[in-house]
Amino acid sequence: MLIKEGSIRIPSGCAVSAIIDRSKKRFSGEAIIRSISVMHERSNGLGGGFAAYGIYPEYKDYYAFHIFYENAEVKKNCELFLDDNFDIINLSKIPTQKVSEIVDEPLIWRYFVIPHPTKLKASQLDEREFVVKAVFKINTTIKGAYVFSSGKNMGVFKAVGFPEDVGRFYKLDEYEGHCFTAHGRYPTNTPGWWGGAHPFALLDYSVIHNGEISSYDANRRSIEMYGYKCTLLTDTEVITYIIDYLHRKMELDFNEIAAVIAAPFWQTIARMPEDERKEHEYLRNVFSSLLITGPFSIIVGFQDGVVALNDRLKLRSMVVAEKDDLVYVASEESAIRIIEPTLDKIWYPKGGEAVIIKTKEESKSK
Amino acid sequence: MKINAKNIEYRELNQLIKKSKGDITIDNCIGQRYIASGLSNKKIKINGTPGNALGAYLDGAEITVLGNVQDATGDTMNDGKIIVHGSAGDALGYAMRGGRIYVRGHAGYRTGIHMKEYETKKPVIIVGESAGSFLGEYLAGGILVVLGLSGTGMVVGNFPGTGMHGGKILLRGNRIPQSLPPQISISPIEKGNFGEVETYLREYCEVFSLDYEGITKEPFFILKPNSSNPYHQMYVTN
Repeated sequence: MLIKEGSIRIPSGCAVSAIIDRSKKRFSGEAIIRSISVMHERSNGLGGGFAAYGIYPEYKDYYAFHIFYENAEVKKNCELFLDDNFDIINLSKIPTQKVSEIVDEPLIWRYFVIPHPTKLKASQLDEREFVVKAVFKINTTIKGAYVFSSGKNMGVFKAVGFPEDVGRFYKLDEYEGHCFTAHGRYPTNTPGWWGGAHPFALLDYSVIHNGEISSYDANRRSIEMYGYKCTLLTDTEVITYIIDYLHRKMELDFNEIAAVIAAPFWQTIARMPEDERKEHEYLRNVFSSLLITGPFSIIVGFQDGVVALNDRLKLRSMVVAEKDDLVYVASEESAIRIIEPTLDKIWYPKGGEAVIIKTKEESKSK
Repeated sequence: MKINAKNIEYRELNQLIKKSKGDITIDNCIGQRYIASGLSNKKIKINGTPGNALGAYLDGAEITVLGNVQDATGDTMNDGKIIVHGSAGDALGYAMRGGRIYVRGHAGYRTGIHMKEYETKKPVIIVGESAGSFLGEYLAGGILVVLGLSGTGMVVGNFPGTGMHGGKILLRGNRIPQSLPPQISISPIEKGNFGEVETYLREYCEVFSLDYEGITKEPFFILKPNSSNPYHQMYVTN
C-alpha cells in the first residue's frame, strides 16, 4: 500500500531554482528544466515540481485549480462540491505524457473557476478567503482529492520523480510564462507522495524549500489557530500558510515577513539603529511563534514576483544573478550558468536577507 | 590534456581526471562535484563553474579556477593549492588541515571553520574581498586572511572567530568587527610585521598580480584566542 505524507515520519537536501523576467516577457518552461537538472545530485527521485506564473492569460481572471484524484469516484464527489460553490468556466485533464520514470500517477485535473456570486455573498467572506476555505474543505474532507494549485494565471505541476522527468511528464516546455520556480526533492522526514512534492501553493503563493525546519510543530500549532490545517506533516506546507497569513491577511511586506520568519538574533537586533531596532523588536515579539528555525533556503512565488530567503544562519546555499530583465535564483551557480553563461551580476544573499524581485509594472505601482 | 566537461556526469569526469597523465585543463565545467578530490601530484586548470566539494581531501594537487567556485571547496584538504580567480561559496576550507586556498573575490559563510594545524601542517586561506558570517568558527589552527581589497564596508560578517581556540585571523582595514566573543583578543599589526604570514601574502599577490607594498601599507588587525580569558567553565563547572 502506498504510504502517504502524514502517516509516517522518516528522520533528512534539495535543490531550488527560479527564473523571472521582470518585463513580464513570456518564455518556455524548457529553461527551468535545464536549470534544475544540473543539480540532479541534490534530489533522490522522490519528488519534483514547478510553479509557473503567467501561463493562463486567456483565463487570467479565474482561479486555476489543479487537483489530484485517487479514483473516478472521488472526482465525482469533488466536482459536485466545486459545482455547488463555483462557476466552472473550463475543465480538462492536465496534459501529460508517458515517461518511464514516472509511475503510479493519480488522475490529474484542472478547473478554471470563480466563486458562485450568491454563495460568495452568503459566506460574507472576501473572494480569496472563500477560495482558501474551499481548498481546505476539499483537502480535509474529500478523501482522495487534493487541490495542489489554486492561484490565478499560475499553476503548480508536481510529482514523485526527479524534477527533469516531472517537467517532461507535464510537458512544461509547452507552457509559456514570465516566471518559473523548480524544486528537486530529497525527502528526509516523509515518504515522498505526489501531494508532498514541492511547490506547495495556496492562491497564487507558492513555496519551494530546501532544508528542514526544527520549529515545525511550534509553527504548526500557531498557524492552525488561524484556520489553517496542516495535513501533510511536511515543513514546507506550514511555511506556505505562514506566508499567506503574514502577506495576505496581516498585509506585511516581504522584508517584514523576513524579519519575522528569519529574525536576527536579539544580540544583532540590539546593535541596530533605533528605528530599525524597534521595528525588529516589535515584529519578533508580535509574531514570535512564527519564527522559523533550522536550515532553509526558500523561494516564494507570488502574483508580482518572487522572494528568495535563507535562514538567519544561512545553513543552505543560495545564489542570485541578473542578466538584463531576467533574474535567476538557485541553490548552485552552475544551475544558472547552464542557461545563461554570461551574467551581468551575481551575488550571494546573506542569511535572513530577503531578495525581492518584482515584475516591472508592479514595482512601479508600489 | 584537455577535457571538455560539457554533458559529462561527475563520476565520469573524475575518472577521466584520475586516469590522465600530466597537467589537465577542464573546459565547460558546469556543476560537477568532487573534482580532484584526494588528488596529489597534478596541476588542474578549470574553465567554468565546478560543483560542490571541489578539491575535497586534496592531497598535494594544484587547482586553478578561472571563475567562481561553489560550496565546500577544499573540504578537509590536506595539502596542495586551490587558486580561485572569482568568488567562493559557503564553507570554504572546512576542517582544512594543510595546503593553501587563495580566493581573489569574496568568500561565503563559515569560511575556514574547524581548521586545525599540527607541527608542519598549517593550512592557509587568503580572501581578496570580504568573507561572510562565522569566519573561522571553532578555529583550532592555521591562518585566515581577509583583505577587503575594493570594499569600504566591514570585511567580515557577524560572529567571526566564535569558539576559536587556536590559529589566527588577519583582517585588513580600519573597522573592527562587532560581536567578537570575549575569548578572542584583537590587536593591530605593527607595520609590515606579518611574520610567517608574509610569505603567503607575497605569494597571493604574485598569483593575482597585485601590489604587495600597496596592500600591506593599510592597517591590519589580528584575532587570536585570548589566553587570559580561556573557555573554562563555559558550559559546566569542572
